[in-house]
Amino acid sequence: MKMNLATLTVASTLAFNVPLAQSSDVEVLHWWTSGGEAASVKYLKTKLNNSGVSWTDFAVAGGGGENAMTVLKSRAISGNPPTAAQIKGPSIQEWGDLGFLANIDSVAKANNWDSMLPAVVSDVMKHKGSYVAAPVNVHRVNWLWANPEVFRKSGATIPTTWSDFIVQAKKIQDAGYIALAHGGQPWQDATVFEAVVLGVGGADYYKKAFVDLDMSTLKSDTTKAVFKTFGELRQFVDANSPGRDWNVATSMVINGKAGMQIMGDWAKGEFKVANKNVGTDFVCVSAPGTSGSFTFNIDSFAFFKQKNTEDTKAQNVMAKEILSTDFQKVFNLNKGSIPAKLGMARTEFDSCAHDSMDAFVASSQTGGLVPSFAHGMAVSEAVSGAINDTVTNYFNSSLSPSEGMNQLVSAIAAAK
Amino acid sequence: MLARIENYLPKIVLAPTTVVMVVCMYGFIAWTAVLSFTKSRMLPQWDFVGWDQYERLFNNPRWLVAIDNLGIFTLLFIAISLVLGLVLAIFLDRNIRAEGAIRTIYLYPMAVSFIVTGTAWKWILNPGLGIEKLVHDFGFTDFEFRWLVESDMAIYTIVIAAVWQSSGFVMAMFLAGLRGVDDNIVKAAEIDGASPARIYWHIILPIMRPVFFSSIIVLTHIAIKSFDLVQALTGGGPGYSSDLPANFMYTFAFNRAQMGLGAASAMIMLFSVLAIIVPFLYSELREKK
Amino acid sequence: MSHTFANGFNAGRAFIYATLVFFALLYISPLYIILTTSFKDIEEIRSGNLLALPDEPTLYAWIKAWGSACTGSDCNGLAPFFWNSIRIVIPAVLISTIIGALNGYVLAQWRFRGSDMLFGALLFGCFIPFQVILLPMSILLGKMGLANTISGLVMVHVIYGIAFTTLFFRNYYVAIPSDLTKAAKLDGAGFFSIFTNVFLPMSTPIFVVTIIWQFTQIWNDFLFGVVYSGSGTQPITVALNNLVNTSVGGKEYNVDMAAAVIAALPTLLVYVVAGKYFVKGLTAGAVKG
Repeated sequence: MKMNLATLTVASTLAFNVPLAQSSDVEVLHWWTSGGEAASVKYLKTKLNNSGVSWTDFAVAGGGGENAMTVLKSRAISGNPPTAAQIKGPSIQEWGDLGFLANIDSVAKANNWDSMLPAVVSDVMKHKGSYVAAPVNVHRVNWLWANPEVFRKSGATIPTTWSDFIVQAKKIQDAGYIALAHGGQPWQDATVFEAVVLGVGGADYYKKAFVDLDMSTLKSDTTKAVFKTFGELRQFVDANSPGRDWNVATSMVINGKAGMQIMGDWAKGEFKVANKNVGTDFVCVSAPGTSGSFTFNIDSFAFFKQKNTEDTKAQNVMAKEILSTDFQKVFNLNKGSIPAKLGMARTEFDSCAHDSMDAFVASSQTGGLVPSFAHGMAVSEAVSGAINDTVTNYFNSSLSPSEGMNQLVSAIAAAK
Repeated sequence: MLARIENYLPKIVLAPTTVVMVVCMYGFIAWTAVLSFTKSRMLPQWDFVGWDQYERLFNNPRWLVAIDNLGIFTLLFIAISLVLGLVLAIFLDRNIRAEGAIRTIYLYPMAVSFIVTGTAWKWILNPGLGIEKLVHDFGFTDFEFRWLVESDMAIYTIVIAAVWQSSGFVMAMFLAGLRGVDDNIVKAAEIDGASPARIYWHIILPIMRPVFFSSIIVLTHIAIKSFDLVQALTGGGPGYSSDLPANFMYTFAFNRAQMGLGAASAMIMLFSVLAIIVPFLYSELREKK
Repeated sequence: MSHTFANGFNAGRAFIYATLVFFALLYISPLYIILTTSFKDIEEIRSGNLLALPDEPTLYAWIKAWGSACTGSDCNGLAPFFWNSIRIVIPAVLISTIIGALNGYVLAQWRFRGSDMLFGALLFGCFIPFQVILLPMSILLGKMGLANTISGLVMVHVIYGIAFTTLFFRNYYVAIPSDLTKAAKLDGAGFFSIFTNVFLPMSTPIFVVTIIWQFTQIWNDFLFGVVYSGSGTQPITVALNNLVNTSVGGKEYNVDMAAAVIAALPTLLVYVVAGKYFVKGLTAGAVKG
C-alpha cells in the first residue's frame, strides 16, 4: 500500500514535468509589469509572434528587479539561462565577463546598428566590442514634475536652481500643500539625490565623483554642499512617505495634494492615464540646475548563449525586432521615454519627449550627458548599492552633511 | 539472507535522508562557508581572500542595523507569541462557547502567505489610511500611531505582524497540550484548595514543558525565515532601519554582486542561531532520557 | 477535554470572554479588510472608509483575478498558476510525509548506534536560512536536469520538509512503548509489517498535523517558487506577487485583494475544515517533545 502510494506520486510527478522550450521560442525574463511597460512588452510579443517566434513570458516582479536578478543568477548557474533578460548598464559587462552572453553582431551588422545608435548607447550594449544586448529606450531621469494649479495658488514659480527650489517649496508648504511628493524607498531617495548632485555640483563633478569614483572629488566641499541641500529637502516631504510607491507619489501631484515630484520620464505615463495634458494640467521641466544636462537610463535586453541553433535564430529575430522603428515608437510612447534609435519621426511624441530628445543631442555635445547612478547605469551593482544605502539612511535620519559625506566615502571605498 | 536484510532495514530506510541531509544541508553550508572566504562578486569565483569579507561585513553600518534588528525581533517575537499563545489557550480551554470559531480565527493567519496580508497590514499601519486615521475620524485627533514610517520603530511593526501570523499556531499547540493534561491531577489539586492560578502555575505549566520546547523550535524557525515579512511590509525601510539579516544577505548576494559578503553574512547568521539553539536542543533532548 | 474549575459565571469569566473576543476581532481585521475590499469597486476604495462594508458588492474583482488579470505580459489571471501550485504541493506533501513517517518510525522504535545523533543533526536542518542554499541547489538541479521543472520544485520542497516531518513523527512514535514493537517482533513480524499493521493504524492524527503543516508551508512558499520555477511552472505565490505589482493604469486594489484570497483559499479551507483535527492531532502527541 505504502509502496504503491510512493510509486504513484513519483509517477505523477514525472508526468507533470513540463517540456523544455520548443523550437523558435524565446523565453524572456523581465520585470516590466507595471503601467505602460506591460503594454509595451505585449506589443513586442505580438510582433515576434507575427514573425513566427513564440514568446514565453517569464515575468518576475518586485523591487526594481531584485527577485528577477536572483532568478537569473540561479538559472545561469544551473546551466539553463533564458533566451533574453532585462539587464542594463555595467551589469551587461559583468555578465559578459562571466561568458554567458551571446554575440549578436551578425544582426547588428545586417541592420546597421552602429550608425543607428548613438555611441553612448551602443557602448553600453557591447562587450569587448561585440553587441550582446539590444536597447529599447533612453530614459531621462532628471525631470521635475509640477502641478501648475498648486503653484498658482501658493504664489510660487517653477524653480530653476536648488536654492530657488527651497524658497519656492517653502511657499507651497506655507500654502498648505505638500511641497515635494516623494516615496521613501531607497531608489527614489537616490533619484532625488542624483538630481541634487547634478544640479549643485554640475556635470563634471558628477562624472568625476559618481562615475569615475575619484576619492578626492567625493571627499570635498561640493559633496558637503550636495548633502546640505539634500538634507534640507527632508522638511518638504510628508511624514507618511516611507515605503510609498513612486506612482502613488505622482498621483499626489496629479490630484493637487502636492506641488512637485523629482522623477524620471516614466512618471509621464501616470499623468497620461489620468487624462492630464502637458502644459495645462502638469508641467515637465528639467530638475533644478540641470537644464543643459541629461541623466540617462537605458533599458535593454541582454541575450544569453543558447544550446541549440533554433533558439539562436529566434533570439536573432528578437534582437532585430527590438530595434525596429515601430516597436521603438510604440514602446516609448507607452513608457514615456525616447527611442534609442536615431532619426525617428517625432510627430507622435509630446512636448516633454521633444525636450528630452533635444536635450539628449545637445548634452552629448556639451558633456552634460551623464549616466544615472541611481538606476545602475554608472557604476557596478556593488557601488550603486552602497550609494543607495548611504543616501537613504541619510535622508531618513538627522545626520549632518559632513557625516553623510564621510559615510558615503567609506561605503564607496568598501564596495569598490 | 533475508533476515540479514531485515536487520539492516532501519538503516536502509534512513539512508536516503542521511545522504540528502549531508549533501543538501551540511554540504551546502560548507559550500557557503568556503564561498565566504572568496572574493566572489556576481557569481561564485574561487579566489580566496581570507577573512576580508567578514571584516567588510562588520564595517557595514547596514549589517549592524540588521543584526540589532534580528535580536530585537527574535526576542520579542518569540516571547510575545509564547505568552499570547499560552494565555489564549488557557482561556480557550475553559469551556468556551463557539470555541471552534474562535480557534479558527486565531489559526487562520498561519494559513495565509504574507505576500497576501502584507498589503492589508501596510494599510492598517499606514498613518494616512489605517489605525491612526480611524481614531482621528472618531474625533481623537491627538492620537498618533506611526511606527511604520519611523526609523526607530519600524522593526516593531514587523514584530506585530509576525506575532499575528504565528501566535495562533502556538495557541493550538498549547491548547493541545492542555487537553492532554490528566484531569485527575487537576481535580486532586482543587480538592486540596488550590486556586486556578496556582494550579496553572505550579502543576500545568511544568507539564507543558515539551510544548514550550516544540513552540520555541517552530518559532525560531519562523523568525529566521522572516524575510517576506520585511519585504512585504516595510521593504526594509525607512532607509534600511527595519532590515533583517536574511534580507541583507539576499540583497548583497543576489542584487549587489557581492556574493562573498553575502555568504559571510549567512555564516554569521547561521552560527549565531546555532549558538543559541544547540545548547537548548542539547539540554532538552538530554533531559528526556 | 476542556478544563473546568468549580466556578460559575462571574467577573472572571466575563473577562475571559472579553479577552478572547477582543483578540479574535484583532486577528480577523486584516482578513475583513481584504475581503470587503475585494468586493468594492475602485471608486469606493479611493473615496471610502477602510472598514466600511461595500456599498454595492461586485464580483468583478474576483472574476478578473481568477481569469484575466495580468501577471506580466500574460493576462490569464491566477488560474494557470493555481494548477501549477496543486501539481507541486500534492506530490511534495505526500512524499515528504511518507518519508517523515518512516524516518520517525525508525528513529523512535528502531534506534541504533548513532541514530540519536542523526536525529539531532537533522533537527538543525530546520534552522538553515533558505537563502544559503539557493545557489548550490541551482547547480544540483541543473546537473540533475531538473532546473525550472515542477519535479525540481517538488524535490526541493521534499528535501527541506523532511526535517520537520521527521520531527513530528519521531515525537509521536517515541511516546508509543517499545514493548509493542518487541512483542510484534517476537511474533515474527518484520520491519515493514509492524509499521503498516501496528503503527499506521494509530497514526491518523499525526498524519493530519504533518500534512496540514507541509501543505501550508509549501503552498505559501515564495522563495523556492520564484527561484526554481521557469516560465510555465511558476506557483501561485509568484503569480500573486507579479499580479500585485502589475498595474496597467492605476492600481486595482480590489483585484489584488481578491487574488490574495484566491491564493489563500486552499490553505484557509484546510484550516477551517481540518482545524479541529489539527488540535486533536497535536493533542494526540505531536507536542510531546
